[in-house]
Amino acid sequence: MNATSEPMTGSQRAIWAVVVLVIVALVIVRSMIGTGMGRVYVEQEDMAFVQLAASVDDASESVSEPKWVRTNSEQGKTYLDRNPDANVIGWMEYTQVDPKAYFVQEAASANASTASTTTAAAGPGPIMLSWPRTIGLWVAAFFTLAIFSFLYRDNPFYKFAESVVVGVSAGYWMVIGFWDVIVPNLIQRLNPWFSQQFFTPGMELPATMADYWPNLYYLIPLILGLMLIMRLVPKCGWFSLWPLAFIVGTMAGLRMVGYIEGDFLSQIKASIIPLYEEGSVTTTPFRTVWSTIWASLANILIVIGVLATLVYFFFSIEHKGVVGGTARVGIWYLMITFGAAFGFTVMGRIALLAARIEFLFDDWLWLIDPNEQRTIVESAVGLLM
Amino acid sequence: MQVLTRSIPLLITGLAGLVMILSAFFPYTSDWGKIAGNFFNIIAAFAFVLGGGNLLKIHLKKVSDQSEGWGYSGVILVCFITTLVVGLGKLGAYPNPDFPNVRLSGETQSSGGFWWAYEYVFKPLTATMFSMLAFYVASAAFRAFRAKNFEAILLLGTAFIILLGRTFAGVLVTGFISPDGPLGGLRLEELSVYVMQVFNTAGNRAIMIGISLGIASTSLKILLGIDRSFLGSGD
Repeated sequence: MNATSEPMTGSQRAIWAVVVLVIVALVIVRSMIGTGMGRVYVEQEDMAFVQLAASVDDASESVSEPKWVRTNSEQGKTYLDRNPDANVIGWMEYTQVDPKAYFVQEAASANASTASTTTAAAGPGPIMLSWPRTIGLWVAAFFTLAIFSFLYRDNPFYKFAESVVVGVSAGYWMVIGFWDVIVPNLIQRLNPWFSQQFFTPGMELPATMADYWPNLYYLIPLILGLMLIMRLVPKCGWFSLWPLAFIVGTMAGLRMVGYIEGDFLSQIKASIIPLYEEGSVTTTPFRTVWSTIWASLANILIVIGVLATLVYFFFSIEHKGVVGGTARVGIWYLMITFGAAFGFTVMGRIALLAARIEFLFDDWLWLIDPNEQRTIVESAVGLLM
Repeated sequence: MQVLTRSIPLLITGLAGLVMILSAFFPYTSDWGKIAGNFFNIIAAFAFVLGGGNLLKIHLKKVSDQSEGWGYSGVILVCFITTLVVGLGKLGAYPNPDFPNVRLSGETQSSGGFWWAYEYVFKPLTATMFSMLAFYVASAAFRAFRAKNFEAILLLGTAFIILLGRTFAGVLVTGFISPDGPLGGLRLEELSVYVMQVFNTAGNRAIMIGISLGIASTSLKILLGIDRSFLGSGD
C-alpha cells in the first residue's frame, strides 16, 4: 500500500502497461465464453397518455378538470375511439430485468411452435439489451478498478476517477439541493404559478392574494442565500457573514434544545433502571435463576459504567483516590466502547468491500450468481421448449 | 463597517437562536421554529451553489494557468457541468404519469441521465472509496495495536470479540460450548451481543451525555456572543 506521488520509473510504467493489457485480454476472453458478461437487459413498456377534455356534469353543474389517462385503460381507449384527434403524449419506459428473463425469451422465441408461451413469458413488453445501462455497468466496473488501483500506488487511473467523483458529487448535491429544497421551499412559495406550470403541477395555488402574502417572508432566505454567494466576490465577502450568522444561530438554538432533550435527558432517563430484573428464560428453575442473574448483572454493569465514565469525563476534580479509581473503571468502559466501534467500522468497510467485489464478479464478469439472476431453471426451459 | 461585520451578525445569531429555543417552549411560537428551519434549509442549499462556484473558480484558474495537474481539473469541470446540466434539466427523466405534459414534473433520481450518473458513477466511486478503508483500517490496526497494558488489551479483545462474534468463524471457535448450558453466554456470538448491550451501551451513554453538555454550552456561548470565532479573525 504505497500511495506516494513520486513519478513512475520506466520499468514501473512497463509493469502497469502489462497489468492493464493482461486485464483487458482476460476480460475479452471472458466475454466470449458461455453467455458472455457485463450486459444489462430491460423490459420495454409503452407509456402513452391521452388528455380527456374538460366536461360538464349536468346533474351537479360541476366542471371536471382536463386530465390525462393511459391510452390502454378502458377510459382512454373509449375516449380515443370517439376522439381520434385527441392530445396524446407518450414515451418508452424501461425496467431492468434479470438476464435469465432474456434467456428464457430467446429460448422461447427460437421455437416457433411455442408462440403462446412466449407471450406469457415476455411480460408487458419485449426484453432487450439496454446499451445505456450496459455502458454504465462497464463504466462502473472501470471506476471500481481505478479506485482499487490506489492500493498499489497513486496513478493516473486513480487520479482520473478521483477527479470524476469530485466533479460529479459537487454537481449531484447542487442538483439535489435545487430540486429537493429550492423548488419546494422557495420557488413554490414565492412564485407558485410558475412552479405549478413547470415543476410541480400537482400543487395547490393560493386561493386569494391574502393567502399568498405570508409567502413573501421567504424573500428573507432568498436574500440571505444570495448574500452567501457574494463570498465568491472578494470585495463583497463580508455580505456572507449575515447568512453565516443565521446558519450558526439556528443550528446553535436547534442543537442546544435537541441535544438536551434527545440525548442528555433521555440517556439519563434510560440509565435509571432497576438493579434487580427477573430473567426472561423460565424453562427450568436453574435457567430462571441464571437468566435473572445475567439480566440483573447487565443492569448493574450499565449503571456502574455510565457513572464511572462520567466521572472520568469530570476534569474539575483531580483523578486521585476514589475518584481516580472510578475514573479508571470509566476508562475500561471507554476502551471496550472504542473496541466495539472499531470492530463495527471494520465490519462495515469489509461489507462494502464484499459488495464491490460481488459487483465485479457477479454483475460485471458473470462469474458467480448468488442471486440466481442468470441461472435458468431447467424445468422452466424444458416447458418452453 | 464594524456594525455591518460584527454587531448585525451577532444580533442575527442571537435572534435566530432565540427563535429556535422559544419555539421549543411556547406552542404559539412553534411555527416560528419551523419557518426558521425552512430558512436554514434554503440557505444551506445556497451553500451548495457557493461550493459549486468555488469549485469552478479554483479549477478554471488551474486550467487557464495550465498549472500542474490541470488536465484533472478539466475532468472535474466537465463532470461537474455535465451532472449539473443533466440534473437540472432532468434530461431523459420520465415525467410524472399524472402530468405527462409537464416535462420537469418527474422524479430526478429514478430515471434519466441524472439517475445514470448516480447509479453508474457516483455510487460505485464513493462505495469503492469507502470500501478501501477496510485495507487501511486493517493496516493501521496491525501497526498500532499492541497489547501493552490492560486498557489496550480491553480494546483489542473487544474488537476481536465483535469481529469474530458476527462471523461464521466465531461461531465455530466456541461451538463446543453448549448454548443451553450455564456457560452458553460465553459463546462468541452471545458474548458479542452482551458486550454491545451492556458495556458499549454504558460507554456510549456517557459519551452522549458529555457531547450534549458540550454542545449546549458551546451553543450558549455562541448565542450570547461570547464565542465569535465563526465571524472570522479578530475576535
